[in-house]
Amino acid sequence: MDYAKADTKSSVATIRNLRHKYKKNLALDGIELDIPSGLVIGLLGPDGVGKSTLLSLISGARKLQDGQLEVLGGDMGSQAHRNRVGPRIAFMPQGLGKNLYSELSIEENLDFFGKLFDLNSAERNSRIKKLTLATGLNAFLKRPAGKLSGGMKQKLGLCCALIHNPDLLILDEPTTGVDPLSRRQFWQLIASIREDRPSMTVIVSTAYMDEAEGFDYLVAMNNGVILETGSPQALKSKTNTDDLEAAFVKLLPKEIQQKDIELVIPPFEQSKATPAIVAEGLTRRFGDFTAVNNVSFDIQAGEIFGFLGSNGCGKTTTMKMLTGLLPASEGKASLFGQEVDASDLETRKRVGFMSQGFSLYGELSILENLTLHAKLFHLSVAKMKTRIEELLERFSLEEFKHSLASSLPLGIRQRLSLAVAVIHEPEILILDEPTSGVDPVARDGFWQLLIELSRRDKVTIFISTHFMNEAMRCDRISLMHAGQVLVCDTPKNLVAEKNADSLEDAFVDYIQAAMGENQGHSQHQDVALSQERLSQATPTQDEDLTPKRFSLFRLLAYSFLETKQVIRDPIRLAFAFLGSAILLVVIAYGISLDVEDLTFAVLDHDQTPQSRQYISNFQGSRYFIEKQALQTQTELESRLKSNDITLAIVIPPGFGRDLKKGETPSVSAWIDGANTTRAGTIEGYVSGGHIKYLTVLATEAGIDADAYYNVTMESRYRYNPTFETIYSIGPKTPAMLLLLFPAILMAVSISREKEIGTITNFYVTPTSTTEFLIGKQLPYVCIGLINFLILTMMVVFLLQVPLKGSFLGLALGAFFYVCASTGFGLLISSMTKSQVAAIFATTVLSVMPTIQYSGIIQPTSTLEGVGQFVGSIWPATYYMHMSVAAFTKGLGFNDLTKDLFILALFGPIFVLMASALLKKQEA
Amino acid sequence: MKQWSNIFYLGTKELRTVIRDLVVVGLVIYSFSLDIYLQSTAVSESVNNASVAIVDEDNSALSRRITNALYPPYFKQPELIQANEIDEAMDHDRFIFVISIPPNFEKDVRDQRQPTIQIDVDATAVSQASLGNSYIQNIVNNEVNHFVNRSDEDTSYAVTLVSRRSFNPNGTGMWFGAINGLLNQITILTIILTGAALLREREHGTIEHLLVMPINSFQIAMSKVWANGLIILVAFSLSMWLIVSNILEVPIVGSHLLLLAGTTLYLFAAAAIGIFLGTIARTMAQFALLLMIVIIPMMLLSGGLTPIESQPDIIQPFTMLLPSRHYMAFAQAVVFRGADLLIVWPQLLFIVGLGSVFFISSLALFRRSIATEH
Repeated sequence: MDYAKADTKSSVATIRNLRHKYKKNLALDGIELDIPSGLVIGLLGPDGVGKSTLLSLISGARKLQDGQLEVLGGDMGSQAHRNRVGPRIAFMPQGLGKNLYSELSIEENLDFFGKLFDLNSAERNSRIKKLTLATGLNAFLKRPAGKLSGGMKQKLGLCCALIHNPDLLILDEPTTGVDPLSRRQFWQLIASIREDRPSMTVIVSTAYMDEAEGFDYLVAMNNGVILETGSPQALKSKTNTDDLEAAFVKLLPKEIQQKDIELVIPPFEQSKATPAIVAEGLTRRFGDFTAVNNVSFDIQAGEIFGFLGSNGCGKTTTMKMLTGLLPASEGKASLFGQEVDASDLETRKRVGFMSQGFSLYGELSILENLTLHAKLFHLSVAKMKTRIEELLERFSLEEFKHSLASSLPLGIRQRLSLAVAVIHEPEILILDEPTSGVDPVARDGFWQLLIELSRRDKVTIFISTHFMNEAMRCDRISLMHAGQVLVCDTPKNLVAEKNADSLEDAFVDYIQAAMGENQGHSQHQDVALSQERLSQATPTQDEDLTPKRFSLFRLLAYSFLETKQVIRDPIRLAFAFLGSAILLVVIAYGISLDVEDLTFAVLDHDQTPQSRQYISNFQGSRYFIEKQALQTQTELESRLKSNDITLAIVIPPGFGRDLKKGETPSVSAWIDGANTTRAGTIEGYVSGGHIKYLTVLATEAGIDADAYYNVTMESRYRYNPTFETIYSIGPKTPAMLLLLFPAILMAVSISREKEIGTITNFYVTPTSTTEFLIGKQLPYVCIGLINFLILTMMVVFLLQVPLKGSFLGLALGAFFYVCASTGFGLLISSMTKSQVAAIFATTVLSVMPTIQYSGIIQPTSTLEGVGQFVGSIWPATYYMHMSVAAFTKGLGFNDLTKDLFILALFGPIFVLMASALLKKQEA
Repeated sequence: MKQWSNIFYLGTKELRTVIRDLVVVGLVIYSFSLDIYLQSTAVSESVNNASVAIVDEDNSALSRRITNALYPPYFKQPELIQANEIDEAMDHDRFIFVISIPPNFEKDVRDQRQPTIQIDVDATAVSQASLGNSYIQNIVNNEVNHFVNRSDEDTSYAVTLVSRRSFNPNGTGMWFGAINGLLNQITILTIILTGAALLREREHGTIEHLLVMPINSFQIAMSKVWANGLIILVAFSLSMWLIVSNILEVPIVGSHLLLLAGTTLYLFAAAAIGIFLGTIARTMAQFALLLMIVIIPMMLLSGGLTPIESQPDIIQPFTMLLPSRHYMAFAQAVVFRGADLLIVWPQLLFIVGLGSVFFISSLALFRRSIATEH
């Protein structure tokens, strides 16, 4: 189809023949579109048709593959242009609070985003104030984002997007999973901002047709192509319908349309049987916070019971208590007349549960997920086959059945979750927001199934939802707020009671009334008041917006953010410090090369005073412990084999006689050679004992043994005259710990951003790769240095290894070294996608070179081949070397400079490699 | 019956998860092939390639003879330096040993004046210093004696000592290194794989999903144990057969079947530790740190690096709690000494016992740790 002409205004984005592929799947198939500026543009379409892909491409978060995409007057394929327009675009990805930092408070989140856009402190403060007043978040500035309800998270996400006065605001399903009241407030906020900045363009994708009704311009999409564009009115008249939802369905291809049948709900017949679900005074507390407070209800078999309420009111917690996932603090819940018992497996077979958010295996395909669950519920093979086919058909999953779940859009994953929840034909279904993010057509298909299950098979359905048209289909609904059930009745009665036009209005009324009893009233006033203030603000957008190439300010913003996050997780910090302290003690004391307490036994075939004299040389030595004497050669072998002894000394028959005759008898020593290092040492000890015996023998014979020697040798054990392992291992152990701990902390930190999705902020803000990497690295360098100080103190005071050389040199070396180890963590995390892979790679790749090739035991000069090469390009080698030099050898600063110089190179090299590998856009 | 089929199906899911993660598969292959090979070939002898310098102030036939007697593989080709360079050279780790031969050395030997050779030893190179020093002393003594006696005959002693090494007659260091390396890899990889598998399910919420199905925590944990254990067992067997036996030519004296059986038991114990860590850690970052705290002592104190009896008395009882210590003793006994079940059963019992303790403790903590997550 031809691209749609924009109305009269200029376009904010021009898209020509845009294509995008994920491996084999074509997500966008030649999009042609002009997006007019200064309007609210809605993007509509079923799940998985490429809406999110299109939005992330426009925002610059995703890498352009094929086609032309001009946004704000430039090519989005060019990095230079993206840098230039970055500050004028704001992007809020799909998912509740996906780009927010959950450990940070509302204020800190906003402040961070402000810093990324180079706003100064005064600007930030005034913007934060205005935005939070307008959204009613002002009262909760100190609350961590992770503890906010879904609606509040979305509002905060919006505030973060608006902090820098963007010209183009891109919102991907911002109201999915948000309750009606919050949704209303959300759109009020957008409206008031647009009043203030009429030039701003807003592009929104949404599953709510009532929202779309209010947009200026709609783009209907299906299967990677644009179906139609125009104002809501234009679309309706084009399709001859008066309802946007119907209009949209008519635009879809025929085969999808056919599935859309009018839903008829047969009336519910009350049965006299035991209620299927009963809750009596259910209460759940987390610490001093009461999430669910004295909730009671009973649900009849075959009833569809709707559970409504604002975000974070305790719906999910209640459902978890019903399923036994969470024990109730007070009260009780029963299913089928039996109290919920977490260990009762039989009841669980009769219940199907779908939790909020996707919780199936992303690494398995749709078919594999279904098969796994069918098997876990022990469906027979024949049954399993028909059931899976039935479900694939019912949920229109056939075409995706071999795709990995993680590669599919939210809506399709939700359908899979539903299919899994009903696969074993349960008698009770507990569904937590099952239709959030699912398109209208698929939602109706799902409800058809629910109605069938309830009315035909008498399945009891307990469902929570934010869609009012779904709530209207329930037999009864209960409205919950702040942990308490407000009302419980049929939807019609509830609407009637409030004299409202719709259930949504009734819902808002009920919640506001409940809030009024607490603090809601003043908050409501705030919203009105603040909207006024916001409109007074005059945007300062005229200056040149091109951001600086490198900004220390942004770099420090990342450091500050990371520090906050680390401090908010004290357990992790404690593990890092305490763990390395414990390991220092264990390793430094545990590794000992002083071989002692060796077990030995004697096979004395002679049994004369002479033989006993020979043996006495080994008895009573601190190196040897004598075990019961041996009788036969066979016993010798078997006891060596069983590790009972590591050394056996065999005195031949006639030893004493031969000795007297001067006929050189031969004593043999059998050494356990399994551990070669130890065997070498034992060999040395044995020959030492032997020589001592010879000397004694000679002295007794009146010969000065010393005179026999042609040469004397004087060994000087330098640096460590007492020759104790601790003086070597003590200084080397911190080298091991200062590498492993910072590296792993660093690697996890970045891969976590990738996994959670906050990495998007790096993609869409003017942050450069260097700012991002070094900014994140700095706090860990500091942690490493603190750790260095702790470990050094421990080495000096606990292990009693004095620091004889230059502390300054050692500290500087530690700084370079920690830069290197965190740099290594950065490098690993730039290559891995998941936290698991990052941990795996960091451990596997760093533990071995550090323990084996860096000279902790074996000096690097004595290594061979690749091992030596690896050792020579591994920072631990140089730091260990330097640490021993500073501690035990007592060298000064000048003597350490060579190691310092080499150490200083590692960090920058690792960071450079990481920045070359880390992509500034998603693939 | 249903219990076991659940464990089986859940386990097949685990296998798929691991096999689809190419980074993890690549690292497992690397760990059991190249890494083992490198580790065992990096160090071959107890004293190997030790760096030596000679301060030859005599410059005689005898002093040159001594210099020439120090050669690879034990020692590097000695370098000649001046007396005033000793301190500086040793400070910078250029040499572990410096042998100083005084002026008129040869003449003094001939005149039976017992001249003194000074050997400076860098005692911070703990593994080489003492043994290397005694090697050097022997070599110097031999050379001087040959020189004095003008023959290859040894000076005769009243008693001679013949040392024989059982199980590894030539003292090939690589044998021990290969087995030690293999055991370390098993420990690291099994614990990470199992622990991370559990933690990933918790972070992604899939564990809750499993817990509302007719599946108990025993089945969940057991499925992870067998699936991840199997992956490592296969990798271990292949590595043992291909790398250790065929390429490195380490002889395995004992029963292969016994070795595999013991390894299977150890994999259970290591996986149980992984599950335990995965249960107590709340986030991947915490897990990663716990992992370090656990695997490093497990590797260093197992007896592979430092024999147990050489470790301090305070630490020795603690090592009894490490399954790796018992497994190391078991593997050494079977591989090198050809021990049979009658000899190694106590080790196996310890491994199973410790594994069970960790496994049961994890089960006890399981539901609680999930309930307190909010």
